[in-house]
Amino acid sequence: MSMIFGVPMAVLSGQLLIGIINGAFYALLSLGLAVIFGLLKIINFAHGAMYMLGAMATVIMFDTLGVNYWVALFLAPLLVGIAGVLVEYFLLRRIAGQDHIYSLLLTFGVALIMQGILTNIYGVSGLRYAMPDMFKGGVNLGFMFMPYYRAWVIVAALVVCFGTWFMIEKTKLGAYLRAGTEDSQLMQGFGINVPLLVSLTYGFGVMLAAFAGVLAAPIYSVTPVMGSHILIVVFAVVVIGGMGSIGGAIITGILMGIVEGLTKTFYPPASSAVIFLVMVIVLMIRPNGLFGKEA
Amino acid sequence: MTMMKKLLTSAVASALMVGGAQAEISNNTVKIGYLADMSGTYRDLAGPNGLKALEMAVADVGGTVKGAKIEIVTADDRNSPDVASSTVRRWLENDNVDMVAGLVASSVTIAATKVIEEHNKLALVNGSAASSITNEHCTPNHIHYTYDTYPLSVGTPTAIVKEGGKTWYVLTADYAFGHSLEADVTRMVESNGGEIIGSIRHPFPTPDFSSFILQAQASGADVVALANAGADTTNAITTAAEFGLTQSGQTLAALLLFLSDVHALGVETAQGIQLTTGWYWDMNEDAREWADRFMEETGARPTMVHAGIYSSAVQYLNAIEATGSDDSQVVRKQMMDTPINDMFTKNGRIREDGRMVHDMFLAQVKTPEESSNEWDLYKILRTIPADEAFRPLSDSKCKLVSSN
Repeated sequence: MSMIFGVPMAVLSGQLLIGIINGAFYALLSLGLAVIFGLLKIINFAHGAMYMLGAMATVIMFDTLGVNYWVALFLAPLLVGIAGVLVEYFLLRRIAGQDHIYSLLLTFGVALIMQGILTNIYGVSGLRYAMPDMFKGGVNLGFMFMPYYRAWVIVAALVVCFGTWFMIEKTKLGAYLRAGTEDSQLMQGFGINVPLLVSLTYGFGVMLAAFAGVLAAPIYSVTPVMGSHILIVVFAVVVIGGMGSIGGAIITGILMGIVEGLTKTFYPPASSAVIFLVMVIVLMIRPNGLFGKEA
Repeated sequence: MTMMKKLLTSAVASALMVGGAQAEISNNTVKIGYLADMSGTYRDLAGPNGLKALEMAVADVGGTVKGAKIEIVTADDRNSPDVASSTVRRWLENDNVDMVAGLVASSVTIAATKVIEEHNKLALVNGSAASSITNEHCTPNHIHYTYDTYPLSVGTPTAIVKEGGKTWYVLTADYAFGHSLEADVTRMVESNGGEIIGSIRHPFPTPDFSSFILQAQASGADVVALANAGADTTNAITTAAEFGLTQSGQTLAALLLFLSDVHALGVETAQGIQLTTGWYWDMNEDAREWADRFMEETGARPTMVHAGIYSSAVQYLNAIEATGSDDSQVVRKQMMDTPINDMFTKNGRIREDGRMVHDMFLAQVKTPEESSNEWDLYKILRTIPADEAFRPLSDSKCKLVSSN
């Protein structure tokens, strides 16, 4: 068997694929953050909590109402999106135009409250969510056993990521969004309802997080604290990609998944730190991130 | 330094005895501080329901001992040794707390017991795993009650090696608890004729185990052992099931698994896993009866830690009743002299190093067909006798053991 740095080629291919799968999650989550920061200049620390809400909603709706996976895939993000719009309308709007630190603290507080309430009700051991029947099992790729569900995660995440990028960068709606945040008064003058656009953008950003949450429900343990673990990593991904760069967030998410996967093979103890190491190096060489525009 | 401290402590202690404090209950109140993780990773194995167990113990002795009332104060240690030391210091110096119960993360316990030793009070440790708590970190001021890493390494690994699981691959949480568990397991596997062919130290916590499970699969080991706890263990088990680890002929061994973890996983995912436990709610009539009362209070079945918190608190309060004193050394001696026969164990005894030794159990998670309800989770495969389960005093590094 051919070896690379003492690791069999087969193991390495498996790790690359695993890296891409985890990268798909990072991409989805950092994309939402990048949309919210890029268009609204809000540092959304509630993003991890919204991801958690998506997963929790999926499990709770199944347990209480028997809502199946496919319905949850649309319904959970929709509900979380509505919650996001409410947070924007009742809370974030009041501090619009203030320093970034206010939105950071406010959303962090919202996240802690949601996490605390759900911990009191459901505990932290994790809720059970059975794998949907059609995804049970997997296929032997020769170098690894690929569960069908993980393959679906890559496909679903990439489709949603590309769709979002396309909508914001290439469509008229996206142009309105970008223009509205550049110069909201001018856009108001053209008869565009900018406050509504802002609410919907925030709602859409957190929908992406909730969508990632639904994808995570069958494979990770669903707990009220699941979002707090991933939030910081995802912020690092956004910083590496360049704050606010939509395409940058997607590509960096997948890249960082691969970097982390390879670290887990060659030196596992460093795997939780490697993304931050990359962040430090990138900030030293390109302070605006890999895909950020020059300030 | 320790010599000096020891001298000072004993000087203070004898001064107190001369003063006659021995035969009284200070402030005519027995105050218990419950310190545990109330909101984080280790919440469900002890946490708020552990407080309920403690309250049940107080209610069962009638709310008073020798006419003194019993009070409970509580705090969330947030799994931080710093928070734990400052909380315990405040309790002992300002709030007249006599005994600290709960104590979950091993790092928290080691920090808290140092402060408790300085003040010559008592701690009943129930949640923690590290066997060092009654070895190099032993003090005359605490008792380690429910379990520790030593029996965890005796129970499961020995059984699996005997069943033919000769080659092992270990996934270890990369901090003190994981390292000591890995060391204990390595020793046990090798002394039974098995071999460790590889191991990975993974960051704590790790949300995604797929990469590590894949490497464990590629190793071709007979057994993949998990030397971690809480969410890390449940995540690893879920991922192993998803990647078909056991279907490909490997055995999965979780070295520390609580009832709350197995309940969260469900029998569908966790079936067949072998584990070592200090207590199981359905193991005999006494245990069941208490577990029924606990369920009425909390809506959940108790973990071994919940049972240990209750049992140790009742032992403690009975010792005060018997001696009429809440002095830590008087109570501790009385507890050591009294064999434990209750819903937790039969013929349990507290050794001079503070280790409560009792029978442990090798259990296996039931299959969905065998399990009749959501809490019907374990079959007991074997009783591990107390003497075999815990580290023998002859191997002890504890300063309190007379041979040392």
